[in-house]
Order: sequence, then C-alpha cells, then structure tokens
Amino acid sequence: MGRKLLLEKAHVPGIRNYDVYRREGGYRSVEKALKTMSPDQVTEEVKKSGLRGRGGAGFPAGMKWSFLAKPEGVPRYLVCNADESEPGTFKDRYLMEFIPHLLVEGLIVASFALGSNRTFIYIRGEYAWIVDILEQAIAEAKNNGWLGKNILGSGFDCEIYVQRGAGAYICGEETALIESLEGKRGNPRIKPPFPAVKGLWDCPTVVNNVETIAAVVPILNIGGDEYAKIGVGKSTGTKLISACGNINKPGVYEIDMTISVEEFIYSDEYCGGIANGKRLKACIPGGSSVPILPANLLLKTAKGENRIMNYESLSDGGFATGTMMGSGGFIVLDEDQCVVRHTLTLARFYRHESCGQCSPCREGTGWMEKILKNIEYGKGKKSDIDLLWDIQRKIEGNTICPLGDAAAWPVAAAIRHFRDEFEWHVQYPNAAQN
Amino acid sequence: MAQFSAEKLNKVNEIIARYPAGKQKSALIPVLHIAQEEFGGWLSAETMDYVASILKIEPIEVYEVATFYSMYNLKPVGKYVFEVCQTGPCMINGSDDIIDYIKNKLGIKVGETTADGLFTLKTVECLGACGYAPMMQLGKHYREHLTKEKIDAIIEECERNAVTNN
Ligand SMILES: NC(=O)C1=CN([C@@H]2O[C@H](COP(=O)(O)OP(=O)(O)OC[C@H]3O[C@@H](n4cnc5c(N)ncnc54)[C@H](O)[C@@H]3O)[C@@H](O)[C@H]2O)C=CC1
Ligand SMILES: Cc1cc2nc3c(=O)[nH]c(=O)nc-3n(C[C@H](O)[C@H](O)[C@H](O)COP(=O)(O)O)c2cc1C
Ligand code: SF4
Ligand code: FES
Repeated sequence: MGRKLLLEKAHVPGIRNYDVYRREGGYRSVEKALKTMSPDQVTEEVKKSGLRGRGGAGFPAGMKWSFLAKPEGVPRYLVCNADESEPGTFKDRYLMEFIPHLLVEGLIVASFALGSNRTFIYIRGEYAWIVDILEQAIAEAKNNGWLGKNILGSGFDCEIYVQRGAGAYICGEETALIESLEGKRGNPRIKPPFPAVKGLWDCPTVVNNVETIAAVVPILNIGGDEYAKIGVGKSTGTKLISACGNINKPGVYEIDMTISVEEFIYSDEYCGGIANGKRLKACIPGGSSVPILPANLLLKTAKGENRIMNYESLSDGGFATGTMMGSGGFIVLDEDQCVVRHTLTLARFYRHESCGQCSPCREGTGWMEKILKNIEYGKGKKSDIDLLWDIQRKIEGNTICPLGDAAAWPVAAAIRHFRDEFEWHVQYPNAAQN
Repeated sequence: MAQFSAEKLNKVNEIIARYPAGKQKSALIPVLHIAQEEFGGWLSAETMDYVASILKIEPIEVYEVATFYSMYNLKPVGKYVFEVCQTGPCMINGSDDIIDYIKNKLGIKVGETTADGLFTLKTVECLGACGYAPMMQLGKHYREHLTKEKIDAIIEECERNAVTNN
C-alpha cells in the first residue's frame, strides 16, 4: 500500500463538512504557518519538499514562489488553476468534490506565504455544482476564523473567491486563465514575462494547480524534508492519477511515485487490469497531449527496465520511446481500439479549442482533423500519412502557447508507433469506418 | 426590456466587489452565466447590451467574450440541453452509440431542438468525467455511466418535470 497524503481522509463520512474535517486534524497547517512561521519560512519548506507543479509542466513549486516579484505597494495574487480540461484528467474534480477543505486549507497557507490577500480559484464552468461545494467550504472556513481580517491574530488578511469559466480548454493555460479572469477572451499572452512578474491586472501572480496547493498541507504537517523522502529523485511526494478507458476500475488514485506502470494497471489496488479480459494495446499516461505508447514501450523502458510511474521514468527515451507524466490523466486502450479513430477525436478536440491567435495552430489543427477524418473514413491516400507528419512538425514550437505542441504530439506519436494501422486504413478503405 | 431582479442585482454587485476598484470587467463571465440563466437560457444582443451597461463596458467587449466561450448560447435552446461528450475516453466507452440513440429517440440531429422546444442535443468535448464515461451534462449536473436505459429514464424524467413546472 502506497502512502496517502491527500486522499487519506477522503473516505471519512462527512469529511466535506468543516466539523468533521477539523476533527480529523484539518487546518493544523494554517495554525502552524500563521502562528509559528514567517512567509519565507513556509516557502522554504515547500522548496525543501521538492514538490513539482501538478498541473502538468512539473515546475518546482517552491522555486516559482520564490520568483514572485515583490515591488513595494503593489498587490500580489495567488490564483488556483481548477480549469482541468485536458482529456483524461479528472483528479482535481475528485479532490474538490470530496475533500474541498483540503484545497481551502492549502490556499490559506499558500496565500500567507505569497502575501495574497485576494485569492481566486478559477474553475471550469462545467463543474457548476462544485462551485457550490467550494463556496460552502470557504464560508465555513471564514465562519471559523480561518479567513477574513487578521487571521488568528497574525495580522494577515485573506479572502478566497471562486470564479467560474465558461467552456474553453485554453483557459487552463495560465496566461489565458488570467485574461479570462480579467473578463476577456482566453487568448494566451507571450511569456516571458511570467505571471510571477506580471500577471493578474499586471500584478505579480502565482498560478498553481489544485493538487499542487493541496499538497502544501501535508508538506507543512510532516515537514518538507520528510515529504521529499517519499518517491525517488526529482519525483517527490505523492501524485494523483485519474485512470480511464478500458480498465476494470476507472477512478482517481493516489500513488507514491515508485510503483511500476505494470503494477498500476494490473493490481487490484489500482486499475484492476484490462476490462473484459482483453489485452493492453496502448496507453496515454499523462493526459491527451502526451505521446501515446504501445504496450511494450509502456511497461519497459528502451533499456528493458520496468517503467515507473514518475516524471523521469515515463519520459525516459524522449519521444522516440518514451512519453510524459503530464497531468496524470491515464488513458488505457485495449486491443479492440482503433488508434486512428482515437487520434481523430483528439485532433478534433484541439481544433475546437485552439484560440486562433497563431496561424500554425489555427490552420494546422484544422488540417490534421480533416486528414485524419479522411483516413478514418476510408478516403485517405498513402501520401496523407506523410502530409500529416509534416503538418504536425510545422506546428510544434512555432506558437505562442504550448497548445500547438499539445495538438501535434498525439498525432506524431500515433504515426510513430502505429504507422501500420494508418496504412491499413488507407489500403482497406472498406474495412474502415463508414 | 428584461432586467435583473433585486436579488440578482445584489449577487452581481457582490461579484464586482471581489475585484479591486475599476476592475469590474472581471465580473463579465460570471455575470453572463447569471444572465443566461435568468433570460431564457441564451444571450440575445439585448441581454448582452444590458450586461455591458451594468458593468460599464462597451457592448463589443461583451460580444467578444460571449462568442469565445462555448457555454454561452447565442440562439435559443430547448428547455433541456443534452451535452454529450465525444472525446477519446468517452468514445472508447461507447459515446457514439449513445449519441445515435438520442438522435433516433428524439428525432433530431446534433445541434437541433425538438419541435416541442423541450430538448436540444449538442456534442461537447471532454468534460473531466472520463472515468465515468460515457457521460453528458444536463443543466448544472453530470449524468454518467450512460446506457440506453438511462437515456430513456432521463428523457422521461425531463418530460415529467416539464409538465409539473408549467
Ligand atoms: N491539467 C490539465 O488539464 C492540463 C495540463 N497541461 C500541461 O501544461 C503544461 C504546459 O504548461 P505551461 O504553463 O505552458 O508550462 P511552463 O513550463 O511554461 O510553465 C510551468 C509553470 O512554471 C512557471 N515558470 C516557468 N519558468 C518560470 C520562470 N523563469 N519564472 C517564473 N515562473 C516560471 C510558469 O509560470 C508556470 O506556472 C504541459 O506540460 C501539459 O502537461 C496542458 C493541458 C491541460
Ligand atoms: C493548453 C494548456 C492548458 C492547460 N490547462 C491546465 C489546467 O487545466 N490545469 C492546470 O493546472 N494547468 C494547466 N495548464 C498548465 C498551466 O499553464 C500552468 O503551468 C499550471 O497551472 C501551473 O501550476 P503548477 O505549477 O502548480 O502545475 C495548461 C497549459 C496549457 C498550455
Ligand atoms: S498555440 Fe493555439 S491556442 Fe496557443 S495561442 Fe496559439 S493559436 Fe492560441
Ligand atoms: S472524454 Fe468525455 S469526459 Fe473526458
């Protein structure tokens, strides 16, 4: 059994309510931080923990906090990214829905460390009922003195507000999110400047994922050094994985990052094996934008070692034989699934979600969908496969934000590892979908 | 012209107060949600102009936003909108069959509304419920692990509610 730090109490009956959460030891980290530590000491603890951003990019959280500019007289903001819209990802939803006070607690500690008196949770618009759950938790925290003015006599003031988005994947990208929070279209800004220097209303801003913020609570409770001992190398602590697709037990699991991919898929503690007694064909382990891998490369690295569920091992071999940890959205495909069709749905997704600012992304995503559709529906030519490859290469690296890359990588990986399947569709158009 | 009730206006002012002075434009997306709920499930030009006047911004700033975000309806929709997810993880769990079943049962295509104005069918992209696929959004909530039987039951439930609410 792996160690649980975030979901340990998620199954305690009534944990959504303040009284139960508090009785189970909730809000201790706020007491510790506000009564016995300085903001910089809190940041130092997070640095020591080695915690990496759980939104997908894996940037060290403590380092990001220490990069926050602190000009005199200018407010600073903490914004929690709860946009969660990467296909395959539903871990933040689980955390917010079942143990909302963990997020609120983490936000208070993080706001204290960063000096944010107005903190926002930007949540995807479709999670409408979770807004109510969060607002209830925030109100309870406030009624019990954990929010508002001069919290615990520390002189620190803080309010947390929930802001609903309105259906746009791109608003998960942090600068698009900031634009959206300012009441505009979600068009990403050019980085740098990073939000830590110029963010919400041009003020220094830290944007962190829901899970990153929640992890601050156990880090303060057990100490950064202790947290860093869990896991291996630069993959410290625990990670939430949302598993879906053709498995027996889809759901959200907390893992420590030492277990093998094989154990994660086949053990009863986690996915419980492939559904209906089928065989594993392929997997996208970190949300739709990371490369798909066929079963052999997924379970073993190119060196023949067991692949482990952590940042380093999943990316071992680069894109030739590896993939990425990403957001932890683990999508499993069994032997009956068609990679071309699956890739087509992802291409459609990215075409739909492109904000349209950069032509390689706007035009390229449209073309990729169109060509994939032709191939899938038996109207493709052999040269289309090479054309598809060319288009994705022209998008990668040529855009303002990484949505372009995110659209290109799934297509590239599908061709790289499943070219025969594309060729088969072209050769036997009648057997393809019609 | 339709206007917010006093209660909704209070809510709007409460939202504006979350932001620093002069940053009331930040309230636009939340206020458009309220407007859509209040004024028949969609945003007419008149509604958008009204929101612009409340937030003291130009109408064009509202149109820009309303056309960008997929949750805003720019034309009238049925009383119950079925928004079925069709992205990869839902697709491999049978969302195509679910969409076909709804089309046949309601006699409409994707994007259409039934003649009685009761149902609209839309397809949407991943809603963050991939582990509970296939799924759809219906109003504020998700309906997950969909089957044909569940769709039958949901349609009956909506028809019943429509009668009691009228
Ligand atoms: N969770 C989800 O639903 C999704 C997650 N993603 C993930 O998003 C990732 C890409 O995100 P980006 O924010 O574009 O990555 P990034 O690498 O540009 O930034 C990561 C974080 O570190 C900060 N940062 C990096 N360098 C910095 C510096 N020098 N000073 C201050 N701050 C700095 C950024 O502001 C950001 O908060 C992808 O790897 C993908 O896995 C993508 C789509 C959806
Ligand atoms: C297209 C795109 C979509 C993204 N969507 C999300 C998201 O839904 N949730 C999230 O936390 N980060 C998302 N990110 C990453 C954010 O830009 C940012 O790196 C993250 O919120 C930082 O938090 P972290 O350091 O705690 O991971 C997205 C990035 C891109 C390029
Ligand atoms: S890469 Fe795509 S989504 Fe990102 S800014 Fe450019 S057009 Fe918009
Ligand atoms: S793919 Fe349908 S909810 Fe994610």
